[in-house]
This record gives sequence, C-alpha cells and structure tokens, in this order.
Amino acid sequence: MIEIKNISKSFEGREVLKDISAIFEKGKTNLIIGQSGSGKTVLLKSIVGLFDVEEGEILFDGRNNQNMDFQEQKLLRQEIGMVFQNGALFDSLTVEENVRYPMDMFTEMTLKEKNQRVNFCLERVNINDSNYLFPSEISGGMRKRVAIARAIALNPKYLFCDEPNSGLDPVTSILIDALIKEITAEFDITTIINTHDMNSVMEIGDTILFISEGQKCWEGNSSQIFSTRNKKLNAFVFASPFSKKFREIKQMEDDE
Amino acid sequence: MGIFYHIGQYFLLMSRVFKKPEKNSIYFRQLILEIEKLGINSIGIVAIISVFMGGIITLQLTYNMVNPLMPTYIIGLGNRDTLILEFSSTVLSLMLAGKVGSNIASELGSMRITEQIDSMEIMGVNSASYLILPKIIAVVFISPFLFIISVFCGLVGGLITGPLSGAVTIATYITGITTLFVPFYVSFSIIKTFVFGFLIASVPAYMGYYVQGGALEVGRASTKAVVNTSILILFFDLVLTQLLFK
Repeated sequence: MIEIKNISKSFEGREVLKDISAIFEKGKTNLIIGQSGSGKTVLLKSIVGLFDVEEGEILFDGRNNQNMDFQEQKLLRQEIGMVFQNGALFDSLTVEENVRYPMDMFTEMTLKEKNQRVNFCLERVNINDSNYLFPSEISGGMRKRVAIARAIALNPKYLFCDEPNSGLDPVTSILIDALIKEITAEFDITTIINTHDMNSVMEIGDTILFISEGQKCWEGNSSQIFSTRNKKLNAFVFASPFSKKFREIKQMEDDE
Repeated sequence: MGIFYHIGQYFLLMSRVFKKPEKNSIYFRQLILEIEKLGINSIGIVAIISVFMGGIITLQLTYNMVNPLMPTYIIGLGNRDTLILEFSSTVLSLMLAGKVGSNIASELGSMRITEQIDSMEIMGVNSASYLILPKIIAVVFISPFLFIISVFCGLVGGLITGPLSGAVTIATYITGITTLFVPFYVSFSIIKTFVFGFLIASVPAYMGYYVQGGALEVGRASTKAVVNTSILILFFDLVLTQLLFK
C-alpha cells in the first residue's frame, strides 16, 4: 500500500500540486486521472521520488521515503517497477538485454537464470521471438509490453505506469490495460496508473483519484464515476459527444 | 550568477559520477564499449588529419622559415616540436571535443528527454555514474594513445610532403626530427592530454545529462558542449603551459 499525505510541489513559485492526500491499495489498479497539465505526471514522479516534494509524506507500506538515506532509497527503488509514457527502453540494448538489465545490475543470478526470467517476463506480456530486436525495430505496443516486462523483472512490490495507452490504438490499449490488471492481481502489487483514457478508467479503475489544477477533486471507483455530481469530473469524463450520449442512455436506464 | 550555478552543478554531478559503482563487471563492460566507440573509432580521423597537418606544417616551415643562414633540418625539427607541443595535444583535443563531445552530449541528452535516465534512476541505478564514468575513463585512457598516433602520423605526413615538394631530403628531414629532442615535451603533452580528455568527456556529459525539453534543446546542448569544452581546453592549455614550463 502507498499512502500520500498532504503533498505539495511547486516549480519556480508555481504551485503544481496542492495538498493532495490519497491511499493506493495493494493488489488493485489505482488510477490517477485528470486533464493534460493537471499535475498527474508530477504527482506520479513525486511518488516514485524523481521529484522532491516541498510538503507532505509518501509512505511505502509505512516507510517514509523522505526519511531514507541514499542507500535505503536505492533499495526501495529496487522494489519499484515503472512503465514510462514512451516505454523508455534503452536504445542501445536489445529487447532481451533491456529486460535483463535490472537483474544484471542488482542480482547475482547466473546468465542462465537471468535468461529464464527474461523469457518468463516476455512470455507473460505475450512477446515471443523478439529477444534480439532493438527498441527501434518493434512497434509502439510491443515497446510498452517490453517496458512492462522490464518493470516486473525483479518482482516489484509497486508498479507505476505513466499513460500506458498513449499513442496506442484502442485494441492494443485494451490489451495493455488487461495485462496490467492481470499482473497486479497475479503478483499482488500496488499499481498506480496515470491516465486520461476513459476506456482504462471504465475497464481497470479499481480506485480512481481525479485531480484538477493540482488539487484532488474526487475519489471513487469506476462504477461511482457515472453517478457523481462533481462538476469538474463530469466535464472531464463526459467531454466528448459520444460519452454525453452514453450518459443520457445510462440515466434513462437508471430511471426505468 | 549563471556560471556559478553551472560550476556548482558540474561538481555535484562529478561527485555522483565518482561514487562506487553498483557492479564492477557491468561498468567494465561499459568501459570497453566506450573505449571502442569514443577512442578506437576516432583513430581514423586522427590519423588522416595528422598526416595532412604534418604535411602542411612542413610546407609552411619551408616557405616561411628557410633561408641560406638556417640549416634545412630545421623543417623536420620544427614539424616535430609543433606536433608534440601543440598540434597533437591541443588542436587534436579541440577536434575530439567536436567529434566525441557532441556525441556524448547528444547521446545523454536524447536519453534524458526520452526518460531513459529517469528509468535508470527509478530502478535504483546511479545513472550519472553508470553513464558518465566509463566515458570519462575511456577518453582519458585513450587520449595519450591518440596523441602518440597523431605525432607519428604528422611526422609521416612531413616525411611525404617535404621530399615531394623538393624542400628537404628524406635524410635531412629525419636528421631534423631526431635533433635536439626534449623528452619533457612529450611528458608535458601527455599530461595535457589527460586533462583535456577529462574535459572532453565530462563537460559534454554535464551538458547532455541536464537537458530539458526536446530535440531542439539536445542540439543546442551539443553545440554548447563543443563550444564550452573548446574554450576550457584552450584555458587549461594556457594554465598548464605556464605551470609546467615555469
């Protein structure tokens, strides 16, 4: 479980996160949603420690990462897997080497053991026969899946995904969402996903945190999101004509 | 104030670069790759430029210095000392600042903007050390060898050009390059190549590591890296010449 308490962060005097508190539960896919520029990525990067927060606490199963020294933070980070928006695979390494990289750096496993783990992780994300390809030689969807394989290589306790569906077609997006949800349940990890994809919200949003202009505006789950009267959230969720129509139909069904 | 900010940031980065590596075997593998990429792959261009410059220096000495009162072996001597004292150490380092420096800055800059560096940090890897230390060691290690190759090629360039232009015979040229040899000149230049090698790797690494923005900023960082490294090389050339020749 990850708990954030009263997080605030600003850049050059501009407050980007304002007093945000939330609990992200273990074994669930916890979503952070909001418009572009609302502070989602800053919040995610603050939680993982890429940005230092000015106020507040971030607790990883009760461990406050701000009270940790350099070595303790390094150990904590080995419990974290992260999937970046564009995959962030290392261009100079093959798919296999990318997934093996965390094991090369932090384990004393033999090459055979590492390769077995690599193949397990790649099979888990449905990638076969691409071990020796470079990131530039595979599609965007495959890159995301390789990034997930790399993120789970060391059996992380915490998985962070920054807009895992951006730039992907709807079918691949659904596959990626399903994969993240399966992995979360299978390995019982705390997963936090940053997204503005409404399909993801509906499909995998076990818990949802909506932020707007750096502030927490709403908290709930995917079934509650359609019945809320929160104006900002409604403006975000029902922004498109399609979703407005969907809401009308749903309301009619509920009335009946 | 900007310059002090950058100096401070540079030294903070260096303090992270020289932290104990996570795994020596991985760093050693990186070092070998960097020696090949930054050093071995520069031998060709170093050799070509040095042969031509050796030839040009020989011709310039012939047309500008030779008169009936001066012995003709001064052409070989002048070529040798010019190569050892300045060309193969300083001018070659300026050239490497362009080739190797821009490569380092753009590589690290691209890794920064595509979040590859963030991804390493999240894993708990000291990205500064992992990415920069092997480059610094590789360039510092290979620079003296490139210096020696450059001097040799420059002398060969003079040996080809001098007799071909009719300015000096092979025997006189060889007499020139073996006369009044001062071994300290070589030591002095090798010391310079160590310092310049460090600058060539570390300054562009700093520029690339802290890039913010997109492709345009990576290009700018690469240009800045070459300019700043070149200025620092010339500044340290001045300082070292004053210190070591005093």
